[in-house]
Amino acid sequence: MAHFGTLALAATAGGLLAVTAAPAQAVDLAGETIEWIIPFSEGGGSDRWARFYAPLLSEALPGQPVVVVKNMPGAGSTKGANYFAERAEADGLTILGTSGSTQFPYLLDDPRVKFDYADWEVVLASATGGVAYLPPDLGERWQDDRAALIADTYFIYGSQGATRLDLVPLLAFEMLGMQVDAVFGLKGRGDGRLMFERGEANIDYQTSSAYLANVVPLVDDGQAVPIMTWGSLDADGTIVRDPTFPDIPTFKEVCEATEGCETVGPAWEAWKAFFIAGFAAQKMVFLPGGASQDMVDTFTNAFRAVTERPDFADISARRLGVYPQATGASAETFKRLATDVPAEARAWIKAWLKDRYGVEL
Amino acid sequence: MDILSIALPALSEAFALILQPEQLTFLALGVLLGLSVGVFPGLGGIAGLSLVMPFIYGMDPVSGLALMVGLVAVIPTSDTFASVLMGIPGSSASQATVLDGFPLSKQGQAARALAAAFVSSLFGGLFGAVVLTFFILVARPIVLSFGLPELLMLTILGFSMVGVLAGQSLLKGLVAAGLGMAVATIGEAPAQGSSRMDFGFWYLQDGLQLVIVGLGIFAIPEIISLLRQNRSIAETAALGAGWIDGLRDWWRNLFLSVRCAVIGVVVGVIPGLGGSVVDWIAYGHTVQSSRSRERFGKGDIRGVIGPESSNNAKEGGGLVPTLLFGIPGSGSMAVFIAGMILLGYEAGPQMIRNDLPVTYTVVWSLALANVFGAGLCILLSGGIARLTLIRFPLLVPFLFMMIAFAAFQSRQTLWDLGALVAIGLLGIFMRRFDWPRPAFLIGFVLAEQAEVYTYQATQIAMLRFRRGWEAGLDYLVSPTVIALLVITVVSVWLGMRQSTAIHDGAGTATEDRSKRAPMLFAALILVFLVVVTVDALSVPVLIDRVFPLTVAGFSAVLALLVLVQMLRQSVSSPLFADAEVHGDDARAAVGLWRTLAWFLALLALTALFGFVLAIVLFFTLFLRLRAGVGWPRILALTAGGVGGLLLLAGSLNRDFPPGLLQALVDLPWPFAGR
Repeated sequence: MAHFGTLALAATAGGLLAVTAAPAQAVDLAGETIEWIIPFSEGGGSDRWARFYAPLLSEALPGQPVVVVKNMPGAGSTKGANYFAERAEADGLTILGTSGSTQFPYLLDDPRVKFDYADWEVVLASATGGVAYLPPDLGERWQDDRAALIADTYFIYGSQGATRLDLVPLLAFEMLGMQVDAVFGLKGRGDGRLMFERGEANIDYQTSSAYLANVVPLVDDGQAVPIMTWGSLDADGTIVRDPTFPDIPTFKEVCEATEGCETVGPAWEAWKAFFIAGFAAQKMVFLPGGASQDMVDTFTNAFRAVTERPDFADISARRLGVYPQATGASAETFKRLATDVPAEARAWIKAWLKDRYGVEL
Repeated sequence: MDILSIALPALSEAFALILQPEQLTFLALGVLLGLSVGVFPGLGGIAGLSLVMPFIYGMDPVSGLALMVGLVAVIPTSDTFASVLMGIPGSSASQATVLDGFPLSKQGQAARALAAAFVSSLFGGLFGAVVLTFFILVARPIVLSFGLPELLMLTILGFSMVGVLAGQSLLKGLVAAGLGMAVATIGEAPAQGSSRMDFGFWYLQDGLQLVIVGLGIFAIPEIISLLRQNRSIAETAALGAGWIDGLRDWWRNLFLSVRCAVIGVVVGVIPGLGGSVVDWIAYGHTVQSSRSRERFGKGDIRGVIGPESSNNAKEGGGLVPTLLFGIPGSGSMAVFIAGMILLGYEAGPQMIRNDLPVTYTVVWSLALANVFGAGLCILLSGGIARLTLIRFPLLVPFLFMMIAFAAFQSRQTLWDLGALVAIGLLGIFMRRFDWPRPAFLIGFVLAEQAEVYTYQATQIAMLRFRRGWEAGLDYLVSPTVIALLVITVVSVWLGMRQSTAIHDGAGTATEDRSKRAPMLFAALILVFLVVVTVDALSVPVLIDRVFPLTVAGFSAVLALLVLVQMLRQSVSSPLFADAEVHGDDARAAVGLWRTLAWFLALLALTALFGFVLAIVLFFTLFLRLRAGVGWPRILALTAGGVGGLLLLAGSLNRDFPPGLLQALVDLPWPFAGR
């Protein structure tokens, strides 16, 4: 009996494929199911981001197809991305969401990476930011007497690993001349915040949404003081103040005002490249290479329609922060900046990781 | 009573919010979904929540919370069915329930065991909800007082349960725990991501997941053993004690239930300890605190009441850090937080400050869900218990299907099934030669936190010592640490005083067994531990090297001691326990390998044709050749079994393991795979 079912199912599915393959001009996805591959497990930042967008994307695409988020974690997010590179059909029914944690292994030539960003068509790039903060006593000295604070204080920072997104804060701290001991092995940034609240760590950073939800109450209670953001990227690729936190200076500003820290040269270039890949263009949505221009346009327009909804600012502010959600040409720019990193910057980071943390890549 | 004056008005407001037809309907829907998902081993809160996630956005917040909480709250209730009836850990929260629950089923007392389990779950769940109500207002400083040294001490307390669960030889228990830890170090190191024991093979880089280890260590050995004996699960022809007896059992052990519920809440409240160890701590405590211990592991109802009281209480406790700090204590809590965001609430201090009534609807949902869920399960338990009277070979295809599907949820590749078979073989031999499987599992579960907390606490302490002796000592030797140390010492002492019981029914000593097979197995364990030690030496980053090197090296020495003891002692020593010579397996009608071959056949068929086609073939072949069933029933059972699985997998948007066929031809779901 099950065999008859097989045949019937095969026949129906074959029919469906024929229908989607035929008309290229007017893309209509009615009755289809779009799988949005997220190479991370449920509940993480990327999962939350995709689940925020999925119902809105479904509404905005022609024919209102069902959009399901498919979590495919493993091998530091390379498993899902490799799967997408090897197996996804260019029919618009499979899309991929990546994060800084997918970009970093790619930039650091992780042997597990079997995909190439250059092959893919970007249809959305979402930015985020991060805020570093100190306990109140150190925060006060940071404002008044930064040079002495940096010279005489041992900082402890809870980290998920030097090759993860934490690379960006760790390198920033080091460029400022701070003596920061990273305590590795954290499961998530939330654990870092707990360590800070318990007084075990005395410096921490959180990405924007987590900062808004969980650190702002601490700041209001006088238990934490924000010191800098990683900044945000404007249309020309220059680092400017983070629009969600316009009152907090950027690392770039702090660096310029600190002796021994330079916003030119190889260290700065490397930091900036990895900041863009990790934060400014943290999350991107891709169609497989070979997708028709019509299909790319369809998705681009759908995401643009979502981000231009009159209520978008309202519904997204709490979940994504106030950040550029780039489509079209500006998404292309973000993708290029995040994935087409000069070989020198990559080599510099690799040497630094080896030298500073003994991590060989 | 400042707390009361804040809590009570908010509670009654919350009660009014939840006691609406719409909200109650969603709560009931959540409970029903949770019960159905929980029945399947390997599918827990994450799978269930992912099912409802697409509908959460735009829902009324209280309804949405009721739906999600209802679903999560009852999973540790319904997962008991698989643990008690089939010997398959329904989820990581009810692994310890298997130890006594399954023997009770074998004795025809499934209904009693289930009822005792459900009423314990109900009590634990309600207890957790009450604690959550008041504790959430004051918990912040208490939770924050648990720093890394305290967490490390709690982990060590967890390890002390190995002493209680070690069975006849403490040395074997320690080696088993060490082996569990060594297996857990496979994959990327938690601190700096160095490769350990993966031999460049991508599947091993992520390590082995608890689902697979739990199924392999507990479920596979029991199923294979039962199948070899060719009988129903219950040895008796009719069911003995009914569900009323189970309720009485619980009442008689009320204080045990209270103590274990407290354990559950405490473990849940402290973030970073992980929920999968709670049932073991509760079980260890149950054994420690009992005067007569002979029946543990052979069907003692207290061994069911203890862990089941704790695992539902854990959910209430676990919501404290989730709501208070926005830090998920488990994977399902991570999805829960994501769902709350879709409803417009960000878990954290400001939610409790600003939206206390809405927060409290979570408490009410939790309490009501436990009442609904446990009530329904108790009503059903008498009927479902009849499954244990069915001839076992008729159940086997269903069980193999469920186990394989559960294991596949781990990484969604065929290798999941390969890993399951490998761990299953280890479990089969550990059972045969009476190596304590609970000790192995405790080692496996606690290894990563033991490694990470040791290293982190050391690093921070060293920085404090740099500031001065006092600062360092203050950090390491807090009052909490001392209290935990005392509890640990008492626990170890209680465990050593009388380490009996908890072994798997290997027979009494006689002369007709041989030394060869038990020694061969012990030697294989030693070889594995030596390989782990040698591999650890080649890890480049120091902090990724220390833990496996120490654990595996030390365990290898202990394993060597076991071998030396074996050489010196006579063959009548309990060290040479062999279930093939005495015990269940000696009476088995069919050999081990012939039985295991069926499972390997399923694996091979899956590798060729993908899981769905393979399981259809397997049902047909097995029911025809092994169970000797007529074609009409084969058709009905296959259609029912596979159809049910497809329905479930389809609604959860799950795939099946692909095979060679899928690599050659593109097939539609459910035959496709990734």
